[in-house]
Amino acid sequence: MVNLTMNGLEIAFEKGASLLEAARFFGIEIPTLCYNEGLNPYGACRLCLVEVGAPGRSRLVSSCTYPVQPGLIVRTHSARVLKARRLLLELYLATCPSSKIIQDLASKHHVTRVRFKQKNEECILCGLCTRYCAEQMHGHAIGMVGRGAERRIGSAFNKKSEDCRLCGGCSYICPACQARCQGPDEKSAVCGACLNLAPPCLDDHDDAMCYLDPCAACEMRGER
Amino acid sequence: MQEGMIERSHPFRQNGISLISQLQQIQQEHGWLPEPELRRLSAATGEPLIEIYRVATFYKSFSLAPRGRHRVTACCGTACHVRGSAGVTREISKLLGVKPGGTSADGRYSLETVNCLGACALAPLVVVDGEYHGNITPAGTRKLLKKITGPEAGNGAAAER
Amino acid sequence: MEALQARLKTPADLERYRAAIKAKQETITHRLSVCGGTGCAGGGSARIRDYLQDYLARRGLSARVALRFTGCLGLCERGPLVIVSPGEIFYQKVTAADAAEIVDQTVLKGELVERLLYTDPLNGEKYVSANEIPFLKKQSRFLLGDNWRLDPASIEDYLGLGGYAVLAGCLDGLNGAEIIARLKASRLRGRGGAGFPTGIKWAEGREAPGDQKYIICNADEGDPGAFMDRSLMEGNPHSVLEGLIIGGYAIGAGEGIVFVRAEYPTAVKNIRLAIARAEEVGLLGEDILGSGFDFRVSVSVGAGAFVSGETSALIRAVEGQVGEPRQKPPHLAQQGLWKKPTVVNNVETLANVPLILRLGTESYSGIGTASSKGTKIFSLVGKVNNTGLVEVPLGMTLREIIDDIGGGIKGGKRFKAVQTGGPSGGCLPASLLDLPTDYEALSEAGSMMGSGGMIVMDEETCMVDLARYFLAFLKEESCGACFSCREGIARMLEMVEAITRGESSPGQLELLEELAAVVKEASMCGLGQTASNPVLSTLRYFREEYLAHLVDRRCPAGVCRDLISFRIEAGICNGCGACRKSCPAGAVEGKKKEPHRIAAALCTRCGICLETCRYGAVLKE
Repeated sequence: MVNLTMNGLEIAFEKGASLLEAARFFGIEIPTLCYNEGLNPYGACRLCLVEVGAPGRSRLVSSCTYPVQPGLIVRTHSARVLKARRLLLELYLATCPSSKIIQDLASKHHVTRVRFKQKNEECILCGLCTRYCAEQMHGHAIGMVGRGAERRIGSAFNKKSEDCRLCGGCSYICPACQARCQGPDEKSAVCGACLNLAPPCLDDHDDAMCYLDPCAACEMRGER
Repeated sequence: MQEGMIERSHPFRQNGISLISQLQQIQQEHGWLPEPELRRLSAATGEPLIEIYRVATFYKSFSLAPRGRHRVTACCGTACHVRGSAGVTREISKLLGVKPGGTSADGRYSLETVNCLGACALAPLVVVDGEYHGNITPAGTRKLLKKITGPEAGNGAAAER
Repeated sequence: MEALQARLKTPADLERYRAAIKAKQETITHRLSVCGGTGCAGGGSARIRDYLQDYLARRGLSARVALRFTGCLGLCERGPLVIVSPGEIFYQKVTAADAAEIVDQTVLKGELVERLLYTDPLNGEKYVSANEIPFLKKQSRFLLGDNWRLDPASIEDYLGLGGYAVLAGCLDGLNGAEIIARLKASRLRGRGGAGFPTGIKWAEGREAPGDQKYIICNADEGDPGAFMDRSLMEGNPHSVLEGLIIGGYAIGAGEGIVFVRAEYPTAVKNIRLAIARAEEVGLLGEDILGSGFDFRVSVSVGAGAFVSGETSALIRAVEGQVGEPRQKPPHLAQQGLWKKPTVVNNVETLANVPLILRLGTESYSGIGTASSKGTKIFSLVGKVNNTGLVEVPLGMTLREIIDDIGGGIKGGKRFKAVQTGGPSGGCLPASLLDLPTDYEALSEAGSMMGSGGMIVMDEETCMVDLARYFLAFLKEESCGACFSCREGIARMLEMVEAITRGESSPGQLELLEELAAVVKEASMCGLGQTASNPVLSTLRYFREEYLAHLVDRRCPAGVCRDLISFRIEAGICNGCGACRKSCPAGAVEGKKKEPHRIAAALCTRCGICLETCRYGAVLKE
């Protein structure tokens, strides 16, 4: 077991596990788009960012690929984390507005506007399908092809792969292709607010731990 | 890494030669990476074709299409950029009728851009069939390319008008 | 040089061999060093070498005049360069036609070929000796200084200069921990970019459990506008190799790998040759100099990806995979190449190792500032008079480097900014010219040391366009795995492009800054974490230039094509027709001997008319 501090709580967790696994075990909710328990973590969607390290020397890392380390100080919902997470969600909405999963996550994080130019990508390159194909099916029919802005999911030479067994797992696991809820405003990528819960108290406080009710962060701040 | 996960701990190496080196050898032999060669490599090594294809598309030096008989490389490093390489590249592209990264339909010319050849004192730098030419200006491109375009095509853009 | 009969088996063998080499060298009366660096080679220096070789043979001088084709001699701007010693006579802008004269006049008669001497552009003074030229005199060329004294293909030249003595000393008298202690005391920091202390890195590698370890030399110099590592690899490959072998010995690695980019064919060739020669004489292989230490080195040639300069991506590239970075930990010292403990060092860092051990840690750490020790090679390029490689003590101010060594700005123009650190770095304005080149000082100013690119810009460089340039570079070179990096850079580029077209609004600057901050925080590897620097630093120091584009729809530097126009001043134009003939778009009209005009609708703003006009009648507005 490894002892570490998460959101001010001292916790012990299995060696070799990731921060995301530890957080979820203790009921801390961290959003993800490219993570699946049955696949190797990939660290690409950047939504599972957490802040690690002593204050002043901390940095943001993807919790799905970061192993629990003895004595590590982790904050899963600091203002710094949430600021980045929100902007990324806004960027996701601006890039791939057709996904219900993205729409819901954005809504949960109180992302109510999109300031970037609206695009309509069908894929967020989370790599769930390619990992599913390789790791679960040993199929190796599809993969991440190209580099940088040219990167895409594809098969070799853009031809139907002989290795594909038509299992359909790739489309089953895809977070981007479920149709979104269109709500009252069809055109807007932003959720129509049907799901909008009260936003966390971030405008006033540095840390919010909204998995706790009442919010411990708010109470602790008040005492200080 | 979770336990029980399947991860290929030893990426493919045949006789100690890495996949990248194998592709470099194929490219050296053919000038590009023909599909049948990559399929053969996959069959011979058991490496999934998609993995080979991924490596071939990730690295800039690999080409999955034949390149032109004449290769023009415009350096677009920072030193070349501040000395006006963008205008030079644009003119070459117009004169040859080839977009950067492309090959002309008749297979005569390829135009490539490169992010720095380390000869910044000669900026802006253009390499024509392996020969370095420094301090090229947009107006100087036509003369520079005459060697490969020949006199008739040298005024290509002007003749079209 | 006589071939060595058998492998060197002891340090004493090495010294005997060295003495034999030196004795042989004494029969040489003159040496001609022809610069074979890329700049000079591009100017045709290989032909000069061939002519000299032929001519020396014809005059029967081959036995006593040694001809060397060396690595970069530094002052690329004046290439091709030839240095004649004794006297270190510095000839510049040499052509093949000058070869015979150099031999006849300088070698045989001891007279100078006046027209080939260096004339300082600032004071008009002529210089004879390489050591006197201001460009070279003000440098501290510890690493580059030997370049003209050795043929990179010759291990004998390197041995003649005392090479591999440090390695022999280490193998004979020091253990790994002692070497590391000295490196720690020297406070050497990695020259590849981040400036991590090399001694600490080696200690982690040494302490990592496992019998099989690797040390990798990172020669994947991908920063555009930087060619320091290339010149070391091309000019003095044995100094890098010696550092690598010492590193292998210190951390307990049995295998070293040099990862070098394919764009540097000469560097690949020279390091391969250096390895082969070192193996032949017994400085690589089994039981090196009888110490019981076995070490082999192989070369891995990159296939072209900037991101594979990041250490974890580099490991994957060496393994032959797609070169995507991974999150650390586990650190490479625990889990690197083939999952074994691995240390990755930059070329220049390794070249510093034999230097430190030779000078002693005290003298070495006397060079530089409190936190940045030793010298650093910068590639001084762009709009500066003396383009080339400069090696200076860390802490020298930007002003000293650009004005005193670089000879100031080309064409008497005004300095605007200097870009350091490549695509990860930033642009510093004139007000910061007195900043010392120190890791911390540069970072605090919003740039970074990086690998040593130093690109000087004048009033004709548009800072918004420069930010656009770096974003376009990074958009292509990002591996594309992290959403924040891939999409963040693409969006920043979109926004900056809109600004260069005058299609944006001032409010966009705040959003751009917000996005830049998140890309920096949220991305996994160094590429994404620093990708915002060019944007953030130009916004910090040149905000008014952004605003000129946004508010006034004007590009003050006259670079952004959508915001400039060309016009022919009728009062000056004499109707010579040169611009009309050269215009690729057919946009210039006018009869012969009558003032011409530019049809704005057809003009592509390529600027060829401006360049062609000999009368200054074409104006850019």
